[in-house]
Amino acid sequence: MSETPKAPRWTLWLPLALFLGFVALVVFGLVRPKNNDIASQMIGKPLPAFALRAASDDRPGLASTDLAKGKPRLLNIFASWCIPCRAEAPVLEELRRQGAQIDAIAIRDHKEDLAAFLQRYGNPYASIGADDVSAVQLAIGSSGVPETFVIDGKGIIRYQHIGDITPDQVPEMLAKLKEAGQ
Amino acid sequence: MKRLGIVLALALAVPAMADDSMPPAPWAYRQLPDAAQEAKAKALMETLRCLVCQSQSIADSDASIAGDMRSQVRERIARGEDPEAIRAWLIQRYGDYVSYEPRVTALTWPLFAAPVVLLVVAAFLLRKRFAGGAKA
Repeated sequence: MSETPKAPRWTLWLPLALFLGFVALVVFGLVRPKNNDIASQMIGKPLPAFALRAASDDRPGLASTDLAKGKPRLLNIFASWCIPCRAEAPVLEELRRQGAQIDAIAIRDHKEDLAAFLQRYGNPYASIGADDVSAVQLAIGSSGVPETFVIDGKGIIRYQHIGDITPDQVPEMLAKLKEAGQ
Repeated sequence: MKRLGIVLALALAVPAMADDSMPPAPWAYRQLPDAAQEAKAKALMETLRCLVCQSQSIADSDASIAGDMRSQVRERIARGEDPEAIRAWLIQRYGDYVSYEPRVTALTWPLFAAPVVLLVVAAFLLRKRFAGGAKA
């Protein structure tokens, strides 16, 4: 064991360098903002076939075929029990005012609750389908409310917005809608 | 008396958390009559991730979307669908995220390859020592 080690001197620092690299990785993981959004993998794919009964008395229900009629539309996934949906309602109204066609799917909603919600926060929707067991929500890869999908005129899902649309995101949504129409 | 009032008010208070008040989906909390099918459904549900409570499986979660997913899993199993086909259907929608069963993909193969590579490297580095040991 009297032999001198043959390894070059710099290898002495290797373990320390590895350790520092590990620390940097941990710090990066801790500092990085957390993102729990689960993006739908259905972007670019056709909307799955569905036909939902009307969720409210004054708007028709919604079928997948309604969303393949040539003009791109927004498909808003919402619910009367969803708090951020209240904040989003005036923004959707603004989108409608600027020419967006918005259809909706109400998730697990009672007719009376929904009517009260629409009465209070406005009704920018052309149609509202009722999804009582989240079946369509699961089929399109949506994991919460509110979410908004851009569906092009051929019924292809083009874009997903997770969470409520804030006022400053209106131009972006309109751009996505226009892009889907090209 | 006042304290009792406060306790009662707290106990009866409606939580401010947003959730719906709809009854659960038909098969969310009901087992399938066929025990073998139920066992299949249970095994699958335990390896599917809840979408809103992301550290739980849908078998463990009381979130309504997890109930809706359980109901759909049981309905599909009852119809004779293969559990892996149901998993694939969900992965097609939510990505690998929704499954707790790791798959070998272009992204994950290093995880599976790393132990083998490390073993090979260790054997290479230690080959002299083993040879020396044999001689001594």
